[in-house]
Amino acid sequence: MEFVQQLINGISLGSIYALIALGYTMVYGIVKLINFAHGDVFMVGAFIGFYSISVFHLNFFLALLISMVACAIFGVVIERIAYKPLRNATRIAALITAIGVSLLIEYGTIYIRGAQIEAYPGNVIPDVTIKFFGVEVSSQSLFILGVSVLLMVCLQFIVHKTKIGKAMRAVSHDMDAARLMGINVDNTISATFAIGSALAGAAGVIFGMYYTSIDPLMGIIPGLKAFVAAVLGGIGIIPGAMVGGLVLGVIEALVSALGYSLWRDGVAFIVLILILIFRPSGLFGKNVREKV
Amino acid sequence: MKANTPLLKVENAGIRFGGLKAVSDVNLELKQGELVGLIGPNGAGKTTFFNLLTGVYVPTEGSISLDGGKLNGLPPYKITRKGISRTFQNIRLFSELSVLDNVKVAYHSLSKHSMLSSILRLPSHFKGEKEMEEKAIEFLKIFNLEKFSHEKAKNLPYGQQRRLEIARALAANPKLLLLDEPAAGMNPQETHELMNLISFIRERFSLTILLIEHDMLLVMGVCERIYVLDHGQMIAEGTPNEIRNNPKVIEAYLGEEVS
Amino acid sequence: MSIVKQAKGFWASIVLAIVFSVVVQLLINGGQLNAFYVNTLFLIGINIILAVSLHLIIGITGQFSIGHAGFLAVGAYASAIITMKLQLPFGLALLVGGLAAAVAGLIIGIPSLRLKGDYLAIATLGFGEIVRIIFLNINYVGGASGMQVSHLTTWPWLIGCVIFSILVIVNFTNSTHGRACISIRENEIAADAMGINTTYYKVTAFAIGAFFAGIAGTLYAHNFYIIQPTNFGFLKSFDILIFVVLGGLGSMSGAVIAAILLTIISTYLQDYPETRMIIYSLVLIVMMLYRPQGLMGTKEITSLFKGRKSVKGGVQDESKHTVA
Repeated sequence: MEFVQQLINGISLGSIYALIALGYTMVYGIVKLINFAHGDVFMVGAFIGFYSISVFHLNFFLALLISMVACAIFGVVIERIAYKPLRNATRIAALITAIGVSLLIEYGTIYIRGAQIEAYPGNVIPDVTIKFFGVEVSSQSLFILGVSVLLMVCLQFIVHKTKIGKAMRAVSHDMDAARLMGINVDNTISATFAIGSALAGAAGVIFGMYYTSIDPLMGIIPGLKAFVAAVLGGIGIIPGAMVGGLVLGVIEALVSALGYSLWRDGVAFIVLILILIFRPSGLFGKNVREKV
Repeated sequence: MKANTPLLKVENAGIRFGGLKAVSDVNLELKQGELVGLIGPNGAGKTTFFNLLTGVYVPTEGSISLDGGKLNGLPPYKITRKGISRTFQNIRLFSELSVLDNVKVAYHSLSKHSMLSSILRLPSHFKGEKEMEEKAIEFLKIFNLEKFSHEKAKNLPYGQQRRLEIARALAANPKLLLLDEPAAGMNPQETHELMNLISFIRERFSLTILLIEHDMLLVMGVCERIYVLDHGQMIAEGTPNEIRNNPKVIEAYLGEEVS
Repeated sequence: MSIVKQAKGFWASIVLAIVFSVVVQLLINGGQLNAFYVNTLFLIGINIILAVSLHLIIGITGQFSIGHAGFLAVGAYASAIITMKLQLPFGLALLVGGLAAAVAGLIIGIPSLRLKGDYLAIATLGFGEIVRIIFLNINYVGGASGMQVSHLTTWPWLIGCVIFSILVIVNFTNSTHGRACISIRENEIAADAMGINTTYYKVTAFAIGAFFAGIAGTLYAHNFYIIQPTNFGFLKSFDILIFVVLGGLGSMSGAVIAAILLTIISTYLQDYPETRMIIYSLVLIVMMLYRPQGLMGTKEITSLFKGRKSVKGGVQDESKHTVA
């Protein structure tokens, strides 16, 4: 039964990875940029959630909502200031800029509020242990899973049923053609950053609640792992990011369960390198050849 | 070389990407010293066929052999060293390198001085580099490019870039030269000069040349034989006259402008 | 540019370097340079080696590697084992540190052959992290608390290694082998079509680059008294990356100048690490927005004194643009 519990832990963690991975994958799908700063948007989201709850005494859902809106705006600001001027630059230049933005957010946050760790208020949602069929599951795990699934359903709805979703798919398929069809490409890209960042913000609040401690550098590792999840699922593919996140979460939980918890962070990168070597297009991706 | 073995022999070669057959069942033979054209409408698979010959793509069916030796599955650099060299439809020069260095790169596989001799600056390094430089200048002279030797390749005018690509391909010492639309974007005057140049290098280096070209008049004018590719299949082969009157070819080009 | 002239310049710079090293040694002996300056000088030396070694991988061969701290770590730990655990001489530690890192370079270089651009970047970043986590989990080298290392890095060793690494990389670059690497950076498909064994040269670049990073790691470990896995996180990799990017991708003198400037700046800012990182990150962003080619662009400092010269430089690839 221990195994099932670890599995559920893994799924909860994985759903957080999945939420962050969605932003990576959507942005990569549309502008071919690995948005290194995405993990830091996640961090900012966690802090906004923290201040909303502990300073303004808002309830969890309001805090989640505020964090999502604020991160969406933050994401768009980053895109407009740092990335938009680089759309025609080399990918390497864009990647270096993203690294720069990431460092700026991390150390800017430290500069503003210090590097100290903050403890998330623990009583935001009830934490009771539910037992069924002999398996003990914490209500928080289920709650995380529930919120994540709900957000992913919303995302699917936006991408497939709304006008902006259609525009996003069109732009990621062929930016020039989309522009010729009268789609406002700049706004569509901004919308993609907004949605991705909002999901990262939500993931930040959920993460803070679940792991209770947050700090300005907390975004680095989950951010990288979420990127691994996105690559695992096939970068640019939305369901791929969801599955990739869950798979990665479960793998990590299993590694911990086997008693190798110190190696847990390494496993994600081993998965990354293996997938890049043997199936660079990811679990759901198609191989694309360079045209000669 | 045996008198009757063709230099290049392609038998039933083809490639599929996923379920899509890009090129299939292609047969082609080139004799030593021939200048042969490969034509076909846009998207017929001409460049894909070049990519098969040069190892950029590995054929999923059939066989390709040069001088009787199989080429299937060899990496591009080995195929080049066996004697097939090419130019690209969309120019692929080493733009930040000088014109001279572009040619030197192609001569690299023929150079003998080792990495260690270069790092230690042994006499063999200086000797090897000097030889390379002389060779490279020789090629540039043939193409009238030696005055641009120290210019970055990206700063050359378009037409000169195309010529540099041919010079570079030639420096790799090929038996078979594949030219992918060498006259694309050139004016009639430049095209004419280029064709004279191609004839000249063919004689001088006893080359066999396979040429993709869109300009029908040009292909008809210089090539001894022509292959026609359409929808990934070889639909005709023959002298320019035969091709001109081949109903299949006319049909393939129907709807396309016959320029 | 004639080859004879090249050879002359080569010997002239060697003589100059030797004179410089001797003068500095005399100043150290005479006490004119205080500990702060000596320490800064050592840091500059180590960073120069790191910068030129990464320059070979990114600037020359165009393989975007952002896990360089991994090679640094391998060199640091391997050499520390030689001197501290096995009590063998420092010279041997340098060699082993370099070779161990070169082996790591081969290990990462071979899979990287299938990866390009930002995928490669992420894979190398992952590699760097794996190295760090491995050292974190080996009790023999102290795990998270790290390893005590004696101070064995001296000025002659340091400047010797700096000159050696610059010399090897310059000589490599200015030869047919270096041109082969540049051709891969410029257009890999064309390089392949011109008979360049791209696999071989990419792996070679990784191995040589890693070798010198390993040497830098040895000097680093024996300069700081203690090494810990946290010294080799990806922030360290970014530090090295910034030298190469700021100097100009493809310009070795640019990388060296950037390493010197940034080391001096960060020495003065060492009490304000956040400020330092904020400045670094702003410099990166502003640089990419307004001067993506870096300080030196693709030029070498020598070309500033010459009328015209073929310069090697500049990472660019028309197929690697972000979609616009």
